[in-house]
Amino acid sequence: MCLAIPGRIAEITGDDAHLALVDVSGVRRHVDLGLLHDDPPQVGDWVLIHVGFAMSKISEQEAAEQMRTLALLGEHDAAMEEVRGYDGV
Amino acid sequence: MRFVDEFRDPEIIARTCDEIRRLADPGRHYRFMEVCGGHTHAIYRFGLKDVLPSNVELIHGPGCPVCVLPMGRIDDGLTLAKEPNVIFAAFGDMMRVPGAHGSPLEHKARGLDVRIVYSPTDALKLARRNPDKHVLFFAIGFETTAPSTALTLMRAKAEGIRNFSVFCNHVTIIPAIRAILSSPDMRLDAFIGPGHVSTVIGCRPYEWIARDERKPIVVSGFEPLDILQSIVMLLRQLRDGTAIVENQYKRVVPWEGNKGALRAMAEVFQLRPFFEWRGLGFISQSALAIRAPYSAWDAETVFRVAGVRVTDPKAAQCGEVLKGVLKPVQCKLFGRECTPERPVGALMVSSEGSCAAYYNYEHRKATPVPSTNREPAPV
Repeated sequence: MCLAIPGRIAEITGDDAHLALVDVSGVRRHVDLGLLHDDPPQVGDWVLIHVGFAMSKISEQEAAEQMRTLALLGEHDAAMEEVRGYDGV
Repeated sequence: MRFVDEFRDPEIIARTCDEIRRLADPGRHYRFMEVCGGHTHAIYRFGLKDVLPSNVELIHGPGCPVCVLPMGRIDDGLTLAKEPNVIFAAFGDMMRVPGAHGSPLEHKARGLDVRIVYSPTDALKLARRNPDKHVLFFAIGFETTAPSTALTLMRAKAEGIRNFSVFCNHVTIIPAIRAILSSPDMRLDAFIGPGHVSTVIGCRPYEWIARDERKPIVVSGFEPLDILQSIVMLLRQLRDGTAIVENQYKRVVPWEGNKGALRAMAEVFQLRPFFEWRGLGFISQSALAIRAPYSAWDAETVFRVAGVRVTDPKAAQCGEVLKGVLKPVQCKLFGRECTPERPVGALMVSSEGSCAAYYNYEHRKATPVPSTNREPAPV
């Protein structure tokens, strides 16, 4: 729940563009963009995801660093499980 | 140093550790609280305690959402799960947290419809797909997750989805810090501020800690170097006699936070007059309730909530550990009755709980020494 997962916006969808298909290490899931309404990310941008919502825009380098931090913390598998779980109901 | 060796900049790490040793006055003992459970996890995982001088002590704070939730709220939520046609949805972290009559997972084994969701929007999706059921989302977390719950409620209202409600247990970090600072048995010199909560609230809400309490606070990232650099920044402030808010995690945390997320929270939530925290007791204006325009989606309005109060198992000293008064290993149940496999208290459940972190990275590596002066405590 407290994991911050980096992902790259692959596609923006939803009738009011509030959803994005986000790529996290090759896994693609829908993520909500509603909390970045003031400065919406574009296709190709990197974001940090919390519980299925993009919470901040980050650089590509920061995204790579965050992925490595998750791996160092032993949380990489938990993060990927979380991402695979989005849309999974 | 254990995991620090895996870090890509061992030289910078070594230089930062040298800097810490230079700055730490040997005639002084420093007590720094890391507020966030993610930092607690990182500190144990990377073995950072081993690289710090013995007079720089890290105290683990209250920033682990499942750890601070009182057992009565879990029982209240599970009681609602027993209502006819209810699907109880919660994050995976909640599933093994013990209530007085078992965890959500144990209730699932007994036949309740308990589902893991990874996002509040997925709980709402469950409601769309099960129009003949009522989906109850057990919401927990600090400001990192509260905006997502808020936006989900805004969507439920906009779409007029009526078979969905939220049992709101969101808490806010600032009142918890205030409670800790006013606790008479707590002496702290400075704070390592939470990283991800701050992406939402920004750095301004911490200014009173520096201004009124004269305690330095540095918002920190989660890598070993981030935490060590934050400690350098705190030691420099203490050396210079200054107390300000600094942002070590600028690459992710904007000073003003995420205004859209704060707006969503303000739209949907209001402060509760008071809320019970495990270990810290009742703290005024420390938790979020759902505002009246959203009351049709507020489980506490839709259902009758008993408001159960359950005292923690007597021998468990979660409260003292949460406040940083006791180290995990000083609790009578630690590693005996209470283990990550069979947790008695919530601090042993979450990887961000200080007991689980201590158990996984400190206790397991140590040779167990049989206790001669302490009887196993009754549960």
